[in-house]
Parts: sequence; C-alpha cells; structure tokens
Amino acid sequence: MSRIGVVVFPGSNCEYDAAAAVEQLGDRAEFVWHTRTDLEGLDGVILPGGFAHGDYLRPGALARFSPVMAAVERFAQGGGSVLGICNGFQVLVEAGLLAGALQKNRGLTFLCQPTTLVVSSTSSILTRGATLGQELVVPINHFSGSYTCSDETYNELNRNGQIVLRYLENPNGSRNDIAAVANRLGNVVGLMPHPERAMSTLLGSADGRVLMESFLGLTGAPSFLAH
Amino acid sequence: MRSAPQPLHRALGLTDTELDIIRDVLGREPNSLELALYGVMWSEHCSYKSSRMHLRRLPTHGAHVLVGPGENAGVIDAGDGIAVAIRIESHNHPSAIEPYQGAATGVGGILRDVFTMGARPLAVMDPLFFGELTDARQRWLVEGVVSGISGYGNSVGVPTIGGELTFDDCYSSNPLVNVLCCGALPTERLVLGVASGVGNLAVLLGSSTGRDGIGGVSVLASAGFQGSDGAVSLDDAKRPSVQVGDPYEEKRLIEACLELLDERLVVGIQDLGGAGIVCATCETAARGGVGMDVDVTAIPLREEGMQPYEIMTSESQERMLAIITPENWDLVAALCAKWEVRATVIGHVVEPVTDDQGRSVGMLRIRDGFDGEILAQVPASSLADEAPLYDRPRRRPDDLDAINADDPTDDEPVGTPNDDLLGLLIDPAWVYRQYDSQLFLNTVVGPGSDAALLRLAGPGLPISERGIALSTDSNPRWCALDPRAGTALTVAESVANLACVGATAKAVVNCLNFGNPEHPEVMWQLTESIEGMALACSALDLPVVGGNVSLYNESGGHDIDPTPVVGLLGVVDSLVAPPPGWQWCEGDAVVLVGTRHASGPQKFPLGGTRWATKRGRRGGRVPEFEGEVLAKAIAFVAREISQICAGAASDVTAVHDVGGGGLSVALAEMVAVTGLGAQIIELEHHGELFAEFPGRFVMATNDLVAFRARADETGVPVVALGIVGGDALRIGETIDVAVGEVSSRRRGALEASLASLG
Repeated sequence: MSRIGVVVFPGSNCEYDAAAAVEQLGDRAEFVWHTRTDLEGLDGVILPGGFAHGDYLRPGALARFSPVMAAVERFAQGGGSVLGICNGFQVLVEAGLLAGALQKNRGLTFLCQPTTLVVSSTSSILTRGATLGQELVVPINHFSGSYTCSDETYNELNRNGQIVLRYLENPNGSRNDIAAVANRLGNVVGLMPHPERAMSTLLGSADGRVLMESFLGLTGAPSFLAH
Repeated sequence: MRSAPQPLHRALGLTDTELDIIRDVLGREPNSLELALYGVMWSEHCSYKSSRMHLRRLPTHGAHVLVGPGENAGVIDAGDGIAVAIRIESHNHPSAIEPYQGAATGVGGILRDVFTMGARPLAVMDPLFFGELTDARQRWLVEGVVSGISGYGNSVGVPTIGGELTFDDCYSSNPLVNVLCCGALPTERLVLGVASGVGNLAVLLGSSTGRDGIGGVSVLASAGFQGSDGAVSLDDAKRPSVQVGDPYEEKRLIEACLELLDERLVVGIQDLGGAGIVCATCETAARGGVGMDVDVTAIPLREEGMQPYEIMTSESQERMLAIITPENWDLVAALCAKWEVRATVIGHVVEPVTDDQGRSVGMLRIRDGFDGEILAQVPASSLADEAPLYDRPRRRPDDLDAINADDPTDDEPVGTPNDDLLGLLIDPAWVYRQYDSQLFLNTVVGPGSDAALLRLAGPGLPISERGIALSTDSNPRWCALDPRAGTALTVAESVANLACVGATAKAVVNCLNFGNPEHPEVMWQLTESIEGMALACSALDLPVVGGNVSLYNESGGHDIDPTPVVGLLGVVDSLVAPPPGWQWCEGDAVVLVGTRHASGPQKFPLGGTRWATKRGRRGGRVPEFEGEVLAKAIAFVAREISQICAGAASDVTAVHDVGGGGLSVALAEMVAVTGLGAQIIELEHHGELFAEFPGRFVMATNDLVAFRARADETGVPVVALGIVGGDALRIGETIDVAVGEVSSRRRGALEASLASLG
C-alpha cells in the first residue's frame, strides 16, 4: 500500500477529494500541511486543486514560497512521483517544476464542465497505464487553465512526449489543446482537469481511475522512467 | 429653503413611537450610541417587525426537525447519524448597487449561518431575478452577480449546485439575489449560538472591522430605492453600505471554526452578519439569559478614527464570535494561528442583573476598555427579541379583479406555435458553467435539471448511502395574480421537482421577497402568500424550518411582483445509481403522468404562464391548488425514481417535471439534451402546449404496459403522448421543429441576449 501525501495550503479545497480518490483505490492518503519541510516515507505527493493562499497575485504565485515546496522539489529531483491537479498544476508551473504558464481562459469566465481528454503520451506517471489515443471524460473546473509556452518549449515538450493529455475540444484556449504536461523524466505531472472527480459513474464518469491508477503504480510499467 | 435636520432617531430609521418604547425599556433617555444599536437591531431586516406575527401561521413541526425557524439555520435529522442544516437569505439591495460584491457577500453570509450550527457547508443555490436583457444595465447586473457568486463561492470551496434564473421587467431596478446553503454535520455536534458561563470569553474571529457595511440592514435593506429611473440615483450615497468580501479569509475561517468545534473548544458560536458585533453579542447573550461586557477598544480595526457606533454596527465580512472558557484560550489562539485567523478577546459573559421588578435581565454593556467607562448599557433581549411588532394595514389591490378578468386563456396563438415554443427555450448553462458544482464528490445531479441531487457525504460525516435533494422555486407571475394560490402552487412545483430525482421532501425554507410593507397592497400580498404556503405545507406535510423576509423591494414607488422563493430539502434513502434525468432513448413511449387538466373552471389556464407573459398578457387566473391530487402523482413519481436510485432495474428511462413554459417546453428540453426527436399526438387544445400547473410529469418508458399497470394501481392518470425518435419534435399538426433547431435555439438563447447588447 502506497502512502500518498496530499499537500494542504490555506485556501486549498480539493484535498479531501484527492485523498478520497487515493483511498478508493486502496492506498493511504495523508494531509501534508504547507509548512512541513520533509516528505520522508511518502511514495508520492499530490498538490490538489483550490485557491492556495487565495490565489492572490496570481494562482500559485505565493504557494511556491510555502516551506513545503522546497521539499516537493527535492522529492521530485529524487525521482518521487508528484501530481499537480488544477491549482496544484499552477503551483508546479510557478515553482518551475514544470514548463510553461497558465493564463486566464479564452472566454474570460470560470468553467466547470466535462471535457474529453485524449492520451497523447504514455511516458508519464499519470498516463503509463493508459493507451495512446485513449479518450477519457474528465471535468475541468478553473478560471486560469489556458496553457501557454514558447515555440521552443512546445517543440521540446512535444518531441519528448511530455504533453501527456490534450483536449478533444479545446475549452479554454490552451496552446495546442494541452491539458497536461510532464517534466523530462515523467515523474512530475500537472493537469488542469480533475481526475479525482471522475472516479465513479454515479458522479458522471469513472475515467479518472485510469489516471489515478497510473499515478499510484497500480497499472502501467513501473520502469517508465528509463525511456 | 433648507429643512431642519431630522432628529437622530429618525435618521437611524426609528419612528417616534419606537423612541418612546426605548425610553420605557431603559427608564431614561437613550444616548446616541444606544439609539444606534436599536436603530440596526429594530430594523425591518433584523427584527422582522412587519412580518413576524404573520409568519407564526406556518407549520414548523415534524419528528425529524431538530432546529426550527429563529436560529441561524434550520436543521433536520437526515438519518444515519447525520443532520442537515439549511438556510436561505436575500442579498437584493446590496446586489442592486454593487452586483459583484453584493452577490459575493451574500454567499459568504449564508455560509457563516450554516457553519455556525457546526455544519460543513456542502452546497449553495442561487435564485436570481433580473429585468429583461434588452436593457443594457441588466447585462451589467447579470454578469456582476454571476461572477460574484462564482468568484466567491468557487474560491471558498463550496459547490454551487443550482438555482433559478428569471427575467421580468418588475426587477429591472431592484434585482433579487437569493442564496440558499445546505450543510451537514454529525448529529451529536449540533451547536447553537448561545453565550453561557459567567466569566467566559467572547472571542472575535476573522477579519478586522472597517467602515464597510455600516447601516447595511437599516439604510439599505429596510428601505426602498427612491429614484424613478432606478439606475442613476441608485444610489451612490448608499454604496458605502455595501460590504466587501474576501473568500480566502472566509475559507480559513470555516476551517478554523469547524476544527474548534471538532476539538470541542467552544461553548457557543455565532456569525456576524447584518448589524455586526451588536447583533452577535446581544443575540448570544439573550439566548443564554446572561449579560455581556464588550470592550470597544479591543476590536481590531482596519481604519483609524472609527466611532463606537461604527465599530459596533459595521458589517465587515468574514467574522465570527465564539464563546469559550478562559482555560481554552491558549488552545483556541494556537489553532487560529495555524489557520492564519485573527482571534481577539473582545468581551466577557457577565451575570444578569435584577431589575426593580425582580426580573433577571442580561445587559449588553459597551465599554471603553474592560474596566473603562460604560458607553452604552441596554437589556440584550430588548435589542434581540423585543422590537415592536406591526400588524400593518392590508388591502387587496383595487385593480386585481380587472387583472384577473383579463384572461389570456382563450387567446389564439399569434404567429406559429413553432416560434412561440422556440422563443420560450433558454438554457442557463452560461450561468452555471461558471460555478464549481462538483466539489466534495457528491454531485450526482448538478445544475440545469429539475432538482439537484447529492450524496449525503462530506469530511467528518458518518458513512451513509443516502442522498439529499435540493430545489429552489418561485413563480412571481402566478403570485401577482393570486399570491395565495400562487405560493401554494410554487410549493407543489418544488415538491414535484424533488420527485424527479427520487427524493421525498422533508423541509422547506422560504425567502419572501416583497415590496414596501407600508403599502397595504404589499402587506396583503405578503399575508396571502404566507397563507398559501401554510396551506400547501400542511397539505403536503412539510415543516418550514427557516426563512428570510426581504421587504422594500421597490424602486421609484413601484413594488416588485410578490416573489416568494421556496427552497426544498428532500432525502433519497438509497443512492447508488443516478436517476434517469431527461435521457430518453429511441423507441421509448412518452407519457404524461398526473392530471391532464387543471383543477378549476379552465382545463388549460394560460394566466400567469411564460407564454402569456411573453406576449405582454399579464392578467388572468391561476389554477387551484389541489393537495391530494398533486400529492398522489408526486408520490408515484418519487417512488418510481427512488427505486432506480436504489439500483433496481426499471422500464422508466426519463422523467421531467412539467414546469415553466408548460408541456411543449418540457418535451423540447428533453429533445434538446438528447438530440432525439419525438412524435407526439395532437393535444386537446393549443393551451395544452403552454399551460402551467404542477403535478404533471413527462416520463419515458420502454415498457408502456408494465408502466401503465403500476400507475393504475395507485390511481395516477397516465396519457400516452407518443414515441421517441425521428429528427424533429412533432406535436400533432401544431408543432414541427427540427431537433437541431430546438437544441441550438435553447443553447444560444441566453448568450445571444447578453451579446446583443454590446
């Protein structure tokens, strides 16, 4: 059974949902308060959705300075699995653990709606158990989810298989329909959609399980880092 | 020539008679601070002085009611050791002036009411009423209000799972922004806003106190808008009375308060809303029968030079008052520090005094330093509970007979029925897409359906298989024609909506939005409406567990149409599968369940319908409320759907309440969401396309014989309407519209109206 840390900043609000998804799949989730400075004993870390530090200045801009983020960076550098969902993705980008930036949605409104994602790389902790081209229905819930990056960065991400999920129909103006990106090794992934909200057909979709099972190492190649 | 300045008590909204009562209570002349305290606490908004005696007619009891009206929220026992708290409020006047902040702070306020009871807020709903979108100001209001709810609600971390959207000219200068919140708690953690234990500390939690929102309850909420144009004179002078919200502060405040309650560190807790610190301190003291000393200099301020009356009556947001024992102070301070929530001791619980007639009286004393000069000293209960109650004059409007006689029921359709139908379709998705409707993984049916349905689950709650359903409903068109029957039918409509998600109604809250109670016609509407609600709730066996009365919804002397909003809470005993919703399938039989003809002299009354109103025909009569007939059809549908929720196989594939717009709109909505057409028989009369009366449902079944047999057993009428399929919605020879046309007109209606204004 894996032990997954769910980081809680003041203003986070999806921490219970992320923990529930982990526990639904049989692993253990524990909350990690943002002032903690070591992540010893954890098998993975999730930065959940919400509005860390009120999203003051811009999403993630203050959270990157929370004490826990230095520990998350060390954890990632050591090959640990790190998943940023929605606001967690924004924090990882601000912290420089993932490339690019997230700007306001094209329509300048908050959007909470189902989206269809297409798996565009399986070389990541989030998609190793999925198949290329697989379509997954997972909801989004954000105001600032339009991914952007330079041409150079885009080409590099694309070449390395770091763009792991794309929207089938782009809801927010993200560059090249990008919904999720990974770091070079594939052990750090951020995505704007909420896989933890798609864990049960009772709630509309169970497709998020494919992603969460991958993240927890329940499916997919354990050795994907070697590519 | 300038008129003489008015006396202070009148400037504070108190009448001469009320001043005399205050003199009697105190046995002396009040000082200006004391007058200010009475001014806010005896305002219409805080004291319900025009409505309270009438509200007593509502049924409030039920075996499952744990807390009825009068507390911060109503609470019912939902089973499995879980209690559900529910409350509805209006934030109409602030939203008219400052739509973003008005709506945002409305959300913040209602959340505090709910977590004050110890409940974690789990869902918000927002019934909204604006003028027609052909007016540019309305677009500013709609966008401001919706983004205020979105900006605050999403950030604070409570899903917004539904509401209502109504456009009518009567709201153009006075929009209505109501907000309902529902929360849940382990039953044994229920707490009340009571101060007790002499020597205990009153601790102010959360934000600092500023000049925002001073006099919000008296200046804003308890008077109408004067300007005849509504907009221009609206009312820059009142803008400082609107509060400003900070959802991040509120989020930390929620988490800190729930943790304080979990750790059992508080004796009582009370939110600060209208009338700020004075309201919270006098209400907690009055409920506990104790006195309270408040040190006005201890209260953290965000502005310099604030006067004691400003500090005491400020409505600065995101504040709570906790009563704790002195021994727990260190733990409380540490817990609040973790959440970065400010905690300050601002008062002490003190012994009540004995008055000259030997009665024990808890005094609220405002002091300049804990041992300093007493600036104000009044009996707490006189502020909280003893405002004079008024039985204001009532009169049936003189023109109502003529309005009722001007009935559109026999009007012939103008243009083609196709166009009439398409013109009634509107998809509110533009609004609810902006709300996080899914947080906490409970949302089985979200916004845009007949009712919302949630799993009954949340952090810290016992495990349960139950679900809770919520619906808000109103029909000002009915209520303008007949407030009594209109309100009764609105309650029935709401119960019918719950049935569509398999829920049985358990409790009602209401938000009574009316005009100026000093107009006898408005008081007549209000009392008739309360009578209708009492009638329907008694007939359907529903307790009212809370409510809010919003009066003075007028502008330039014009009152809004009577707008009682009904909020309904229901329970589904076993929720393991989603209800079918509107998703019918090719080849299914389409049936109308419930009485085909309205009760009363007209089979298909069109008075007060959306169809008639859109043609500028606002007169006529509304159908009669027939509780027994309604209850039977509703119970049948609720049982059919609840079995599906419990996981049973069923031939029922879709269900939709026939509501606003009537039967043709219900059918068109099902066509729009499925992309499947339907072939429907010729109806009896074109009125049947558009007539509105509750207790009717469109259902789809893949085994008509079996379905009809079950309905027959319970004596509920069923009419076979037709079959699902084809590329159009066809109703006899009357309606023939392509599926794509139905979908695109419905989807684009709201955005087109908003965009056309440019």
